[in-house]
Amino acid sequence: MYAQMIKSTGKGIKSLDEMDPEERAFQERIDAGGKIEPKDWMPEGYRKNLIRQIGQHAHSEIVGQLPEGNWITRAPTLERKAILLAKVQDEAGHGLYLYCAAETLGVTRDQMTRDLLSGKMKYSSIFNYPTLTWADMGAVGWLVDGAAIMNQVPLQRTSYGPYARAMVRICKEESFHQRQGFDIMMKMANGTPAQRKMAQDALNRFWFPALMMFGPSDKDSVHSAQSMAWKIKMNTNDELRQKFVDETVPQAEYLGLTIPDETLKFNEETGHYDFAEPDWEEFFQVLKGNGPCNTERLAARNKAWDEGRWVREGLLAHAEKKRSRQMAAE
Amino acid sequence: MSTDPKFEFLCRMGDNALVLGHRVSEWCGVAPVLEEDIALANVALDLIGQTQLWLGLAGEVEGAGRDADKLAFHRDVWDFRNVLLVEQPNGDFGQTMMRQFLFDAWHLAQLTALIDSSDKEIAAIAEKSAKEVTYHLERSSDTVIGLGDGTDESHRRMQAALDLLWPYVGEMFLGDDVDAAMVEAGIAPDPASLRAGYDQLVGDTLAAATLTKPDDDFAHKGGKSGARHSEHLGHMLTQMQWLQRAYPDATW
Repeated sequence: MYAQMIKSTGKGIKSLDEMDPEERAFQERIDAGGKIEPKDWMPEGYRKNLIRQIGQHAHSEIVGQLPEGNWITRAPTLERKAILLAKVQDEAGHGLYLYCAAETLGVTRDQMTRDLLSGKMKYSSIFNYPTLTWADMGAVGWLVDGAAIMNQVPLQRTSYGPYARAMVRICKEESFHQRQGFDIMMKMANGTPAQRKMAQDALNRFWFPALMMFGPSDKDSVHSAQSMAWKIKMNTNDELRQKFVDETVPQAEYLGLTIPDETLKFNEETGHYDFAEPDWEEFFQVLKGNGPCNTERLAARNKAWDEGRWVREGLLAHAEKKRSRQMAAE
Repeated sequence: MSTDPKFEFLCRMGDNALVLGHRVSEWCGVAPVLEEDIALANVALDLIGQTQLWLGLAGEVEGAGRDADKLAFHRDVWDFRNVLLVEQPNGDFGQTMMRQFLFDAWHLAQLTALIDSSDKEIAAIAEKSAKEVTYHLERSSDTVIGLGDGTDESHRRMQAALDLLWPYVGEMFLGDDVDAAMVEAGIAPDPASLRAGYDQLVGDTLAAATLTKPDDDFAHKGGKSGARHSEHLGHMLTQMQWLQRAYPDATW
């Protein structure tokens, strides 16, 4: 779930009667559960919306390497180091599949990268929070990947074929990520008093930012309706947030940790937990660039890109030389 | 400190993998291009996996109750037995890949020889590792060639990396009492015996990369014996070992 506040380019939802035959056939195919493939006709709004959504998801995977990469060199055992490396590597791989899926819509990875680096395209708000202790590696896996899964599992059924197929593979890996995060939390929660303190502190810091990952409340989410009609968004923000809370609260209880929300209570009538909304003002500030780590994250990506320029140019120049030598030899 | 030459030898193999794996893992998320992030993580993962095997066996041979983690996270600089080459800082991507290539070329030759070791456990680890390192060498030599024979800037940077790192190559081929004991037991090859093949392979790759091997074969030493590491290793350990040292009674 790394797409937030995706701006819809549709001009409100048309009824089937208002559509021309091409668009009607497109919508009927989606309504019947069919997939749209790259060469199929699609409304321009669908294409643009998907580029934004898949691009933001891809960028989130790329920037998401940084808060966890922050602990690879300090991982406490060889096994933990290997698991964390593998996880961060998976994220880079997810970024790669998603960029490829977006490229089928007629945008290049280089263009999307430039838009990320300039700040024009966004990535998930969650990666603008710092990872301060080893328990944060547990909290990120447990809560952040847990929240991501809530959204990504239904996206396996999304209408755009390449996106849906990328999501199938991503979901398999994300569930492993969540388990490894929970496993770290278990060790910490059942460990020494200092480890327990780290685990609680991590939960305190990541709980509300994790809830923000689902985006603003449905009543304030102006772009959802068209995306849902196109099946590029499968559930509303509030539905997913509720599902996440309902699944996560018992896990926190199992760990013996306290969710930092005094209003949290199981509601017998609804069968769901009632919980406090995150501070949406903070969320909008993070999106505007005022999160604790926005500046560092974007600076790190820009630095990597700028310092890597000579490498990319060198390898391209070599490939070109090799090609002309081969042509000369033929 | 144990004086068992087999323990020493296993620490050398394990510490090379540990220290280089750590260095490579420092690239996480900031490589020049996404495919390189993935490839570097692969190499680091292989090396950390090899570390677990070599240091795990070292702990068993020592018989003092130390496992791979205890050896990795609770020894100080003077007990590390890696060659100086692998503890050198990453520098730019070219320096990292040159270090990788110069090490991989030795590493594969060493592992290939160890497959015939009289020690079955060592042979088994070597066989598994050699498969991984074959890929490391293929990739690092391709990158050295691509960047050496790329643009003027990439060529200049790769030549600078080679000039910087060449004085750390010789140590991999210097034998000592530990090596002599390993040769006698049929466990490992004489380090000097690997030099001719190495020079051939490295020479061919550098020629394809249009890079010039430095004339001077002077070799820094002190890493594999532990007598004198570079200043860089201590800083790496402060980061790598910090959690284990700060919370010694915790399990993770």
